[in-house]
Amino acid sequence: MNDPARTPLPLLIGCAAGFSGDRTDAAGPVVDTLIARLGAAASTDPAAAPRAFLIFETLAERTLALAQLRRRADPEAGYEPLLDAMLRPVLARCLAHGIRIVSNFGAANPRAAARHIARMARELGLGAPRIAVVEGDDLSAPGFRALLRERIGTAMDGLRIVSANAYIGAEPIARAIDAGAQIVVCGRVADPSLTVGPAMSHFGWRADDWERLGRATMAGHLLECGAQVCGGYFADPGFKDVPGLGHVGFPIAEIDADGRCTIGKADATGGFVTEATVKEQLIYEVHDPAAYLTPDVVADISEASVRTVGADRVALSGVRGHPRPTHYKVNVCHEGGWLAEGEISYAGARAEARARLAAAVLRERLPALDLRVDLIGAVSILGDDAGRALAATPDGGARDVRLRVAATHAERAVAETLGREVMALYTCGPAGGGGVRSTLTPRLNTVSCLLPRDAVPVGFEMMEVAA
Amino acid sequence: MNAGRTEPVDDDIVVVPLYRAAHGRTGDKGDRSNISVIAWHPELWPLLLDQVTPEAVAAQFRHRAPSRVQRFVMPGLQAMNFVLDAVLDGGVNDALNLDTHGKSLSFLLLDLPLRVPAHLRHRLVGPDEG
Repeated sequence: MNDPARTPLPLLIGCAAGFSGDRTDAAGPVVDTLIARLGAAASTDPAAAPRAFLIFETLAERTLALAQLRRRADPEAGYEPLLDAMLRPVLARCLAHGIRIVSNFGAANPRAAARHIARMARELGLGAPRIAVVEGDDLSAPGFRALLRERIGTAMDGLRIVSANAYIGAEPIARAIDAGAQIVVCGRVADPSLTVGPAMSHFGWRADDWERLGRATMAGHLLECGAQVCGGYFADPGFKDVPGLGHVGFPIAEIDADGRCTIGKADATGGFVTEATVKEQLIYEVHDPAAYLTPDVVADISEASVRTVGADRVALSGVRGHPRPTHYKVNVCHEGGWLAEGEISYAGARAEARARLAAAVLRERLPALDLRVDLIGAVSILGDDAGRALAATPDGGARDVRLRVAATHAERAVAETLGREVMALYTCGPAGGGGVRSTLTPRLNTVSCLLPRDAVPVGFEMMEVAA
Repeated sequence: MNAGRTEPVDDDIVVVPLYRAAHGRTGDKGDRSNISVIAWHPELWPLLLDQVTPEAVAAQFRHRAPSRVQRFVMPGLQAMNFVLDAVLDGGVNDALNLDTHGKSLSFLLLDLPLRVPAHLRHRLVGPDEG
């Protein structure tokens, strides 16, 4: 922590992943930019050099259940599969320049992720980094079943549970950094907490400093989807043109001692940071703007505003914070039967009519399944599972249509009849169908509940370095 | 769904698709979708407030049968956030849609027709498609 007599030094947080499976070459330019800014500041006034963190956000709602399944199959698996590819290119530079790393890439097995990182450091000839593991989110063990049943009720009976995780907050991350961790490996923490934890530690904020936590939470929210605030997921030719989308950059937030942030991006990358890109990301996955719930704080952007303060630099202001929820949100993932999908294409004259006829044949042949029908190229993803949009859309004479049908069923044997009937369209269906593909996938479903914070003890452990 | 054309209604008003006056992005949590509608220019913001109502959005999403449509307004951002309940056929784990998240839905919302006074026409984004 800083000497309170000094103006607290600013904090730089770069984000190098916005989901599991994000680009593995994203981190390099972010780290290069952080190093350049640290160096530039140090050459002006070595005592006033900022601190820098690199975060990777790799957990969506379902990612953890899939990770838990991998861990069941292999006790040393269950963390982010791309961990090595994401971290190896930048680990040495981060450690050499004092850039600390915070991520939820531990997924269902943070300890195994930490062991992997320790091994990676050895292989790279680096000194053993101080790695902390944040724990307490994983409620998958049978010992937690009674507690969850109490909250979820009879809806939980008979479910085959795959994973149960609480969305925990920034405090254990901050304490791990206070204790000297260079790398903090988490499982399920709320996405913005990856940013709030470093800020709490760096500025020494209290856990009830709602205004500052609220502001840092929205800084974290802007970072947590990676390129989405830098022109990724924004382009619409002729309306929203984005320069250099093929090498779009990842974001860097500069956060001050009051939690206010300016969003920028990695140098020498494509994309842009504008008021429009920041507004889209600020509202992304928000419901009531006055009450964005996280385990750290209830953030409030109802009076927020943004302002361009330089090239690819946008400042966020007007964010407020209110006392945090008394409960943690818990997601319980369970096995959900089978998803069957099949596709076949029709092209040329009357293609749409032939695809519609094929759908009618499938409905007749598969009475045990509740089919969703898509005519890709005519009516598909904006439509609904019940087929109201399709029924209301007359044949528009599309000449290149891919028919897709999908259904779920609890029993595998019933679900797999869908793929067989789509295949049979080759010889028994309308003329000229081609390119059949079908898949059968086990489904995962989710139920949620709230647990009082004191029922979910959280903390961190500094990993012992293996000899 | 409208065809995305600019239609002159009379000398004073043109009707354009909303995407010429606003931009947005869809997010999802469970079976709930949120879609932002952000004015491209402050002079267009009052039009959005008047015309892009929860009723208009509910009508545009009729086939997805929302159980509730809420509109939250953020004047400092000249943006509104629509929250549509039960429009994702159960959401990412349950829907049979290829787009289980409903990520494409902002483009359905931004197809709403918007009546724009001729003197604001120069504030619209993109080419006339009429």
